[in-house]
Amino acid sequence: MSAHGEALHDHHGPPEANQSSRVDSRTLGMLMFIGSEIMLFGSFFAAYFFVRVVNPSASPEWPPEPYHFPVFVAGVNTAILVTSSFTMHWALQSIKRGERAGFLAGMVLTFVMGLAFLLTQVVEYLNVGFNTGDGAFASVFFGLTGLHGAHVAVGLSLLLMVIIRGFRGHFTPEHHHGVELPGIYWHFVDVMWIVVYATVYLL
Amino acid sequence: MESPFRSEAAAFRFLLITIGAFALIVVASTIDPALGFLVFLVLAGAAVAIYLRQRGPAPDREHVEHVGAPDERRILVVANETVGGQELMSVISIRALEWKSEFFVVCPALNSRLKTWTSDEDPARAKAQARLGATLERLASVGIEARGEIGDGDPLVAIEDAVRAFHPDEIVVSTHPEGRSNWLVRGVPDAVRARYDVPVTHVVVDLEAEAEAAAEPADDA
Repeated sequence: MSAHGEALHDHHGPPEANQSSRVDSRTLGMLMFIGSEIMLFGSFFAAYFFVRVVNPSASPEWPPEPYHFPVFVAGVNTAILVTSSFTMHWALQSIKRGERAGFLAGMVLTFVMGLAFLLTQVVEYLNVGFNTGDGAFASVFFGLTGLHGAHVAVGLSLLLMVIIRGFRGHFTPEHHHGVELPGIYWHFVDVMWIVVYATVYLL
Repeated sequence: MESPFRSEAAAFRFLLITIGAFALIVVASTIDPALGFLVFLVLAGAAVAIYLRQRGPAPDREHVEHVGAPDERRILVVANETVGGQELMSVISIRALEWKSEFFVVCPALNSRLKTWTSDEDPARAKAQARLGATLERLASVGIEARGEIGDGDPLVAIEDAVRAFHPDEIVVSTHPEGRSNWLVRGVPDAVRARYDVPVTHVVVDLEAEAEAAAEPADDA
């Protein structure tokens, strides 16, 4: 009887991966990472709902007087981020069809729009009119939007790597996993922003 | 169940659904906060129901590449308690006579779901190891060389692991008879046929009938 890891036939190089899951291991890694991110955001949303709903001394107004959130600017920022998801999708579809120009244009547009979102958020922070010491609502606001901003920054790093690799010709219609995974992450970041924007700014 | 983030396209679709759902919630909340909460509950309930009911796409049929000498036949034998059964042994013997065969026996470590969840797998693996050892010894006693390993408790996962490592030309699945076989209820032989493009032989081993047949001469005596 052979040991479990014993090579079972003539084989050059390292042994073949012995995996049970039908999900690609890199995709599975991204899914698990996103799962942990959802839990992280969940803890921040728990704090938000506690401050706004559960807290017996919570103000009926959100945000409490005399503060207000820049809903319109954040709305424009939301449109920018959502549009960047469309360009991300376009980029991936382009590389799948072998259209390199479309792929590169889509990636660059996605990166520029992501960067615009982040810079707009920084400007928003500078002009919002309150700071973290102005109450629990402010801590929650900066915590949630800042956590999301950090994710956008991570996403931008991934997109930048894809762009650099894209210009070096690393991706083809057959090999584009390095675009797919950052794409999944980018859409996840957008989904989280939709939730953050709707709950913190609009509701 | 399928993950909404299983691919970029799926994640993009999920984003569009999220936008639509939250637009509805925000509009309803603008009319009345209670209505917004109601819409949220309805949408959340619908999302959970759809997510739980959907099934993933059927996996593509896998091509199992032949490895080794052209005249050599690699046979994967998968069996649980029936691993030492007479019917299975005769099928293996016939294959050994017909072809220059290499056998690989997999005994799934059968375990209850609760014990699997609590990582209480040692007894199941020990039993599978005992069954496997006895089977390999029995095969060796009739001149058939075989190797083997303990497999995952899920027979399809155990087969998938073995296929990736062993590259069989034929898969022999041994089960209890209809009515006593959990694997038949789950449709394991058919699932294996659907998944791999190699011949799959289903062997039914009736251990009770074999035990009765073995006891009869003693009773007569």
